[in-house]
Amino acid sequence: MQIFHRSTNTISRVSVFGAVFFVAFLGWLMDAVNRSPYVTQQHVARVQPVQFSHAHHVGGMGLDCRYCHTTVERSAFANIPPTKTCMNCHSQIWNQSPEIAPVQESFRTDKSIEWVKVYDLPDYVYFNHSIHVAKGVGCETCHGRIDKMPLVAQHPTLEMSWCLDCHRAPEKHLRPRDQIFTMGYVPAGDQEVIGERLKAQYHIRPSNELTECWTCHR
Amino acid sequence: MSDGSDKGKPESSIPQPKPGDTGILAPGYTFTTLTDKLASIALSRRTPFVWFVGAAVGFMLSMVLLGALSYLVIRGIGIWGVNQPVGWGFEIVNFVWWIGIGHAGTLISAILLLLRQPWRNSINRFAEAMTIFAVACAGIYPAFHTGRPWLDYWLIPYPNAMNMWPNFRSPLIWDVFAVSTYATVSLLFWYVGMIPDLATLRDRAKKMWAKVVYGMLALGWRGSARHWQRYETASLLLAGLATPLVVSVHTVVSFDFAAGIVPGWHATIFPPYFVAGAVYAGFAMVLTLAIPLRKVYGLQDFITMRHLDNMAKIMLATGLIVGYGYCVEAFMAFYSGNTYERFMMWNRMEGPYKHMYWALLFCNIIAPQLLWFRKVRRSIPMLFVMAMIVNVGMWLERYVIVVVSLHRDFLPSSWGMYHGTFFDKATYIGTIGLFLALMFLFIRLLPMVSIFEMRAILPEAKVEEEEGA
Amino acid sequence: MSAERKPPGVAVDASKLEALRGREYWRSLEELARTEDFQEHLHREFRVPVPMDGGLDRREMLTLMGASMALAGLTGCVRQPEERVFPYVRPPEESVVGEPLYYASAHLHGGYARGILVESYEGRPTKIEGNDLHPSSKGGTDVFAQGFLLNMYDPDRSQTLTERGEIRAWSSFIAAVKLALERDRSAGGRGAGLRFLTGTVTSPTLLQQLQDILAAHPDAKWTSWEPVGRENAMEGARLAFGEPVEARYRFDAADVVLSLESDFLGTGPDMPRLVRDFAARRRGKGSNRLYVVESTPSPTGAKADHRRPMAPREIEAFARAVATQLGALPSGVSGVGASAAGAAPGNAPDPFAAAVVEDLKAHRGASLVIAGESQPAHVHALAHAMNEALGNAGKTVDYTEPSAGAPLTSQSATLPELVADMAAGKVGFLVIVGGNPVFDAPADLEFGKAMDKVDLRVHLGLYEDETSRLCHWHVAQAHELESWSDARSMHGAVTILQPLIAPLYDGRTAHEVLAAFTEQPDKTAHDIVKDYWKSRLATTGGGADLDTAWRTALHDGIVKDSEFKAKDVRVDSSALEAKIQNPKSKTEAEPAGLTLLFRPDPTVWDGRYANNGWLQELPKPLTKLTWDNAAMVAPSTAQRLGLQTEDVVELTLDGRKVLAPVWVLPGQSESCVTVHFGNGRARGGRVASGAGFDAYALRTTGALWSGAGLQLSKTLRRRTLATTQHHHSMEGRGLIRSVTADQYAADPRIVAKLGEEPPGPTDTLYPKLPTGSYAWGLSIDLSTCVGCNACVIACQAENNIPVVGKDQVTRGRHMQWIRIDRYYTGGLEAPDTLFQPVTCMHCEDAPCETVCPVAATSHSAEGLNQMVYNRCVGTRYCSNNCPYKVRRFNFYLYSDYTTEVLKMVRNPEVTVRSRGVMEKCSYCVQRINHARYAAEKENRPIRDGEIVTACQQACPAQAIVFGNVSDPDSAVSKVKSEMRTYGLLTELGTRPRTTYLAHLSNPNPKLGGAARPAGEGEHGHKDDV
Repeated sequence: MQIFHRSTNTISRVSVFGAVFFVAFLGWLMDAVNRSPYVTQQHVARVQPVQFSHAHHVGGMGLDCRYCHTTVERSAFANIPPTKTCMNCHSQIWNQSPEIAPVQESFRTDKSIEWVKVYDLPDYVYFNHSIHVAKGVGCETCHGRIDKMPLVAQHPTLEMSWCLDCHRAPEKHLRPRDQIFTMGYVPAGDQEVIGERLKAQYHIRPSNELTECWTCHR
Repeated sequence: MSDGSDKGKPESSIPQPKPGDTGILAPGYTFTTLTDKLASIALSRRTPFVWFVGAAVGFMLSMVLLGALSYLVIRGIGIWGVNQPVGWGFEIVNFVWWIGIGHAGTLISAILLLLRQPWRNSINRFAEAMTIFAVACAGIYPAFHTGRPWLDYWLIPYPNAMNMWPNFRSPLIWDVFAVSTYATVSLLFWYVGMIPDLATLRDRAKKMWAKVVYGMLALGWRGSARHWQRYETASLLLAGLATPLVVSVHTVVSFDFAAGIVPGWHATIFPPYFVAGAVYAGFAMVLTLAIPLRKVYGLQDFITMRHLDNMAKIMLATGLIVGYGYCVEAFMAFYSGNTYERFMMWNRMEGPYKHMYWALLFCNIIAPQLLWFRKVRRSIPMLFVMAMIVNVGMWLERYVIVVVSLHRDFLPSSWGMYHGTFFDKATYIGTIGLFLALMFLFIRLLPMVSIFEMRAILPEAKVEEEEGA
Repeated sequence: MSAERKPPGVAVDASKLEALRGREYWRSLEELARTEDFQEHLHREFRVPVPMDGGLDRREMLTLMGASMALAGLTGCVRQPEERVFPYVRPPEESVVGEPLYYASAHLHGGYARGILVESYEGRPTKIEGNDLHPSSKGGTDVFAQGFLLNMYDPDRSQTLTERGEIRAWSSFIAAVKLALERDRSAGGRGAGLRFLTGTVTSPTLLQQLQDILAAHPDAKWTSWEPVGRENAMEGARLAFGEPVEARYRFDAADVVLSLESDFLGTGPDMPRLVRDFAARRRGKGSNRLYVVESTPSPTGAKADHRRPMAPREIEAFARAVATQLGALPSGVSGVGASAAGAAPGNAPDPFAAAVVEDLKAHRGASLVIAGESQPAHVHALAHAMNEALGNAGKTVDYTEPSAGAPLTSQSATLPELVADMAAGKVGFLVIVGGNPVFDAPADLEFGKAMDKVDLRVHLGLYEDETSRLCHWHVAQAHELESWSDARSMHGAVTILQPLIAPLYDGRTAHEVLAAFTEQPDKTAHDIVKDYWKSRLATTGGGADLDTAWRTALHDGIVKDSEFKAKDVRVDSSALEAKIQNPKSKTEAEPAGLTLLFRPDPTVWDGRYANNGWLQELPKPLTKLTWDNAAMVAPSTAQRLGLQTEDVVELTLDGRKVLAPVWVLPGQSESCVTVHFGNGRARGGRVASGAGFDAYALRTTGALWSGAGLQLSKTLRRRTLATTQHHHSMEGRGLIRSVTADQYAADPRIVAKLGEEPPGPTDTLYPKLPTGSYAWGLSIDLSTCVGCNACVIACQAENNIPVVGKDQVTRGRHMQWIRIDRYYTGGLEAPDTLFQPVTCMHCEDAPCETVCPVAATSHSAEGLNQMVYNRCVGTRYCSNNCPYKVRRFNFYLYSDYTTEVLKMVRNPEVTVRSRGVMEKCSYCVQRINHARYAAEKENRPIRDGEIVTACQQACPAQAIVFGNVSDPDSAVSKVKSEMRTYGLLTELGTRPRTTYLAHLSNPNPKLGGAARPAGEGEHGHKDDV
């Protein structure tokens, strides 16, 4: 007597081979999710306590990055401006605008404005702004067209592979020191050539040293 | 006890499937009777009380394992006895022990198959099962003994967001490949080998659900000539694949130590010495399982004195190789003139763990010498005791290699002691439980003796072959 | 169990020593005599009980969550939680967020200041460094200076002002004081019942305040008590010179030094300077020679070229004998001297003494005799006399007035007066300004009991301790790093202490408490201190205007020219002779049985650091014991009494009893048992509780440093002691190579010969690694290292190394990245002791790197052996394969993730390691990178000496040098080019970047012995006994 219809043979064949592909698919899926903006937060604009627009301040009024991010050339940390910096101007202008209220509040009560961290590296990663700026890495290279962002979003994936892309081939991204803070910088000529020149000029270490663990992890 | 083989067979006769050779199968069986007897174990026969006891114990101990591992993940490796300088303890000892045990199965099923040793037919099935379950138990240890088990997948090379590859120089990476390959191949071999019997069970099963389950597992086996022809090819191929594994797996495992600089690890003798040890331990375990099984299920006709005798001989042989290994270790330590090697050997013999060392020498070298005597090889209880002694001995060997080498290496200032904690022991006993549980399930639900391969030994089979030829 | 115990380990030593392949060959003492006891002992020592501490506590819960989150990571579903940034509202001046600032201040050791620099990140002090402008530091520090930072962040510190346990406002305290003073005023107003009790006070401001108050209340009294007082030294000085003076020793000018139980290289207010000077001389003129006679082993004894264990009375006799033969005493006493000398073992005139005398005489004006605090006054006097007789005064030693203002010379005399007054009910108002007298005052005074009779008791202290429990008011004290104050060094140099952080808790300074007794009770410490200096700075500040002077003083950490000038004092030897003709010293009387010696604990001092995890877990220099103190007995004594390490014994002295675990200590004087006081706190805090026993319970006014007639009876109990080193022999392996200066001069290659020939750099199968522009390397000089542990704590503070607790230490899981190995050679009774700091060697062919499956440890082009915590999965293979065993594993979640205040002490430049990862020395890569950034921003190479590792900075002996070994002109290259340089276990082909300079001893040929190089298998010389 026959329990199984002949077709079941096909099913068994499919399931035998299919298993392999299914496992492979699962692996791919995990990796895909892991690299998706859902996890990396790439291009996800954050809502801030103050509706501060870089587009307006940088793009519109052309403020220099260093007006607020004062320590970018001296310290690992580029510095989030103290409330006082805002008040330098906003004690005079727009001081009636409700947008400014939280700032004035902070200044009055001496309580910090709680900005949401956009570029949030893991605590075991030691990124130093000053050295990158000194070596000819432009703000734009990592932060994108800040001058076009009303609300700042994370420009790169911030995956380790992204860091390594540049540490393995810095020449692709270097720019002259006077262009560091420029937005929309266009290399005057072939980036590869310029990059190589700057790499030598700025004594940038060979990529095998730039990609050593302790360059970023301690 | 009544034994099929006590019917005065000339001991010298090499086990060839000569018609009427009852050396490896009691006479008087026909295809039908033999199939009935073997199939009935899984299908119709009443489950012996012993089974329930054994299975219960197995499952309870598996729960212990579950508990121990959960607490480990919550608290950390600290619940074990490991420390500086002894970074590896029970877990690696047990890992090597289990992996070693697996080897007998592969050896029986693969190498003996290629060597056309028909006496293997009755024991290969559960020997393979033993292999798979042993590897399963072994696999647990490396997986959980890392400080952060949830990151173990970093040992697997795959393109990732960190642009990081594992360090292919590390023997642990070689382990990953060796062990996973071993597990896969063994599993396939075991399953493929079972398909014809699953079909038999499907056809003989009375209950519907049994028919369905066995049927699905049988993958539509009809026993047609084409099926048989493909089956033969497949099993030969797998045997071919598995054969190098018998050697490679434990060789790689031995590299975990041999590639280190620790005195007592850093020795070229390790690969052969480990492989021999593995087979040694493996056959000891096969005996440990076979002897009670044939008693409980009355398989004396299929697992005859001849089988036990042969396995005892293999144990004797491999045991001697292992003994040679010990001698070479000791000699090299002395002959190298290396301070650290010499001290290592002195410390094994005289240090705080000396009891273990001498115990291991007794278990693995002295005791097995009894196997030279036919009387001993022919006495079931003696064989069982022997097997047990060797099981213990091989565990001690790994303990001496792993722990005693580490606890006193180069700088006396950082010498220390190691003692397994409650959780070390619980994990060990737990895996033994898991092993038993799986083994008992297997005995109950699957044909533990290969039915169709046994048929092949029947005189009728011989006839058929001639006619078919 | 004691009944049928075989004679314990130490019994058979001597014979076994020879027996075992003609090589000094001993394990932990018990193991030597392979007794059953030892086997038991092993299991006891390493017994591993199930770590079942109830269910999940909060920390475990976090771990679990962490684990599950990470597991979730497998499925790629973990997102970083949103973090927030809190910028300043108004930024402080000169603060660059992310960059540390350094401020000068001082650490007070028993009241005496030693200059420090404090590293501060965004207003959080995170690390202590030495201040090279300060005469007591000269850039070095000791364990206490490094460790006291942690006390500031201690969550167990008392947090607020309380009256009988009720929280009160500061104003109400002032009111209470006012009220009490009113009451007194109505009773005549001379402050009859008013008493102040302080520790040793060197703060000019505080002294001024006290004097003002005493002036206002003439009958009020001020007593000072310091458990480790210097009154013997002061009294000795008075005997010798007629007035109390502090001797200022110049070891950098001394070629021959005789120490009479002085541990000047181990502890003391001036320790960093003394070690630095001593090391300078060792390094400089080949080698100076150090003779030490002492009852109990000390780091100083370990560094001695000739050390001799002696009972206290023998030391005194020895001192007399030497003094007499040096002619320091007029011949009349020589009889006494001789007979006393005769009392020393071997009734013949002691050859040792003779040799010492000869050597000292041969180095007139370039020698030193120094007596320890524990020695009776007349031994100090003898030392002064000898120095004068040798013409050392003014050359290797000069004398300044004592900088401590307290009634220093008679603390142990004035304290009883106070207690008597209290007991008699004469004291109405007791103000305890710092200190913990109920715990550390001599036991016979029963301070606590007497204090009960005082109507109003106020206690200022960092902790709610034994004393505060018995006081009405407890004023939470502000930590030194939180307060404005000032203090003098031992020789007068003034440092103005500035706060590094606003008091974490509602803490007050001594100045503010005393201010409550004046007209301006609310005056802040800052104003009090500044006002005091307003007038004086203008003068001392070199004429500059006050503000500049004040700022300069703060910046430099020292007030210019404030150190005392040398005083011209002479020893009146005949007067001295008369005074010490027949001293009524108990030590002269033949004591019945054993003598008990009291010493401050090498890591928790007098108990004030008992709640400091870093210091509790710090292995004590000689015993390597952590988390405990023990009764230390000589091997022979232990054998006689059938004692073994860890046996609990009952110590009875003058009818007072304590239970103490035994520690068998080679080199201990046979007739003495030594206990360290400071542990065994009843109310010390969570860390201190359960650590050790209270030795103060036996310490009486009559027996401050040693008490004769000790009864010692064995109990059946045992106490597990957590030590970090169980094995004390080098097994004839060339680990610490020690040769005499002469041997080295004769054949510099002898050091290399002591070890095996290393394979060449090309004898490896692995490809050559790329090299970078720098090659970092480290050198450690074993001649100058005194094993003081300063580097260990400095490293712990710099690198966020967690404290693991006694239980984990007993399991061999301590975490310090630097460990100081201590080996013995020679006989048990008087062995040579050798120290060797061992840290990651940064091998050029590192065994750990090849075996890590995930490449979590790898090699940098500059030769750093990089350990990446976040990549580590924790297979521990690297640790197994590390021949130096310098890798440390986080078996549990050791770092404290939950206590907020402890997060503030962490160095933000170093990752806080989580559970399940390996860690180890990084050559302070954060400092390397910091220097690199600075250099590269200026387009210049990193300068030599620009990178100073934490251990190097802390080392008072400057034994550690770090730098670029590829630059032949760098300091480290120069050091490494010495023929003394050798690498540890180089025969394994590891090619370590950390190398050692062999230990050079300079024994006196006349005393024979010491002519053997230690390290290779040769016999250790039996010491000169």
